[in-house]
Amino acid sequence: MTDPGGFETAQHPDGWVLAARGDWSVETAPGLDERLRLLVAPGAGPAWIDLSALERLDSAGAWLLHRTRQSLAAAGLDIAFAGVRPEHEGLLNRVIEADKPMAMARARPNALLDLLRHVGEGTLTVLVEARDLLGFFGLTVLVAARTLVRPGRLRFTSLVNHMEQVGLNAMPIVGLLSFLIGVVLAYQGADQLRRFGAELFTVNLLGVSILRELGILIAAIIIAGRSGSAFTAQIGTMKVNQEVDALQALGLDPIELLVLPRAFALILTLPLITFFANLMGLFGGALMSLFVLDISLGQFLRQLQEAVTTTTFWVGMVKAPVFAFIIALVGCYCGLKVKGNAESVGRMTTQSVVESIFLVIVTDAGFSILFSYLEI
Amino acid sequence: MEPVVRVRGLRTQFGAQVILDGLDLDVVQGEVLGVVGGSGSGKSVLLRTIIGLNRQTAGTIEVLGRDTATLGREGMKALRTHWGVLFQDGALFSSLTVAENVQVPMKEHSDLAPALRDELARIKINLVGLPPDAASKYPSELSGGMRKRAGLARALALDPEIVFLDEPTAGLDPIGASDFDSLILNLRQSLGLTVFMVTHDLDSLHAICDRIAVLIDKKIVVGTLDDHLRNPHPWVQAYFRGPRARAALGM
Repeated sequence: MTDPGGFETAQHPDGWVLAARGDWSVETAPGLDERLRLLVAPGAGPAWIDLSALERLDSAGAWLLHRTRQSLAAAGLDIAFAGVRPEHEGLLNRVIEADKPMAMARARPNALLDLLRHVGEGTLTVLVEARDLLGFFGLTVLVAARTLVRPGRLRFTSLVNHMEQVGLNAMPIVGLLSFLIGVVLAYQGADQLRRFGAELFTVNLLGVSILRELGILIAAIIIAGRSGSAFTAQIGTMKVNQEVDALQALGLDPIELLVLPRAFALILTLPLITFFANLMGLFGGALMSLFVLDISLGQFLRQLQEAVTTTTFWVGMVKAPVFAFIIALVGCYCGLKVKGNAESVGRMTTQSVVESIFLVIVTDAGFSILFSYLEI
Repeated sequence: MEPVVRVRGLRTQFGAQVILDGLDLDVVQGEVLGVVGGSGSGKSVLLRTIIGLNRQTAGTIEVLGRDTATLGREGMKALRTHWGVLFQDGALFSSLTVAENVQVPMKEHSDLAPALRDELARIKINLVGLPPDAASKYPSELSGGMRKRAGLARALALDPEIVFLDEPTAGLDPIGASDFDSLILNLRQSLGLTVFMVTHDLDSLHAICDRIAVLIDKKIVVGTLDDHLRNPHPWVQAYFRGPRARAALGM
């Protein structure tokens, strides 16, 4: 066991001496550091730091020695190292050499200016993003139109594969959630309407809200979280691996190959998924009505037929392809915007989900306004 | 002299696939040991097993005289402050600046005061030869060579006895690679390091390694370059007498 490091100071006739001994390493540095900072220089004159009793030295200890010598020299002492052992000399010199000034932290800008800069930057980003997304929309429509003229160019294997992934595989989760929403809606509706003795109108509530709004919204939001993010991650990973560059280098169009199959797959399947979500939602509501309100299935269907028309159904369904296009567009756009590294894939995936859900709900509000003008 | 790393009868396997079997290895204090082997021969697995990221199926690993298998959590934590690891691309924490990265081990494993941590981080960053403006930068703002140097500074944060380097010169241009070689030699000399280096770089092997460990057939053969040149094993011959080796070794 080496001596736990320490030092003594003494005034000799020929000068002031700081004698270091024992272990000067990163383990003993905290204690030494504290004591050395309290050290006061005894005025001017010759002095030295005696290292002959030093046993173990590492770069932390060497730094402390060097720092102490410098601060004592600055206080007016004519100070030097003495008795340096040969095994310590290289390290000590290396550390002295490495004592170069360096900015350890960034200069912090004015908080108010920083806030202003953030607001400006954020606003600009939103505008640029909107412009770019619009540009991507135009590009995709153009390529889609070209493909529709020559349908042979559409990749059918890819299309079917994506339809399976975004449509078929999403059915259990969409079905379950719609069913639960139907259950919750029926339960809450029945509770409120019972006060007016109008329990039967729970069916109207269910029919209109699920067919017009909830079925499509739930389907679109789940698909945005599930498939929109997958589009971004898939295309983003291809971007990181330079596969997208490889496609372009081979003279292939990434929009045609990567974006169109995904967009078409989603446009074709989201209406079907929405239809399924509607059915499951109504089924959940019917089941709840049966248990809570004693409305038999026959009664439920009769009341439903009176409450909704085919227009109600189509008002919901007509939104599906539009939402599908938005989700696919944002997912692919964010994927193609990935830059270089894996971290960027994660960031863009998050952005893709947030953006597509935002746009879906904004568009839904737009549809509501449109339909109210059209008095549907 | 007691070896700093002592491996006996090491066996690692993933499922039914045996990567290393019956491997013995001693790393001597103060040496630079280069580990070479074909792709997939288990060089990185060996490194990861010694530093405790993988568990061995059988055999013992002693680092600085302590058996890693019987140490337990606290013992392992203490032992980890005695070695530093440089991963392939530096493996810097991307949300921290270089200076903060270097201070992570100091914060976690020592009682150094914040001011002293700053000073020591500055010394370490200078020691590995990074420019003065690098300390406040984030890893994404650095070049590959600078990231490796910063990774090395973090590995050296607590003045370890041993450093493990995983392909330190891979991906560097020849000038950067030879600079890194001389940096390792220089630090070995001044800090008294023992270096365990997985590498493919024939120039590094020739320039800085005292001994070379060749991983073949799940075991290791250690020796100087001359020993390996005399080894009749076909892979060893192909490696050390191939056209690239001849160019690098000047034969």
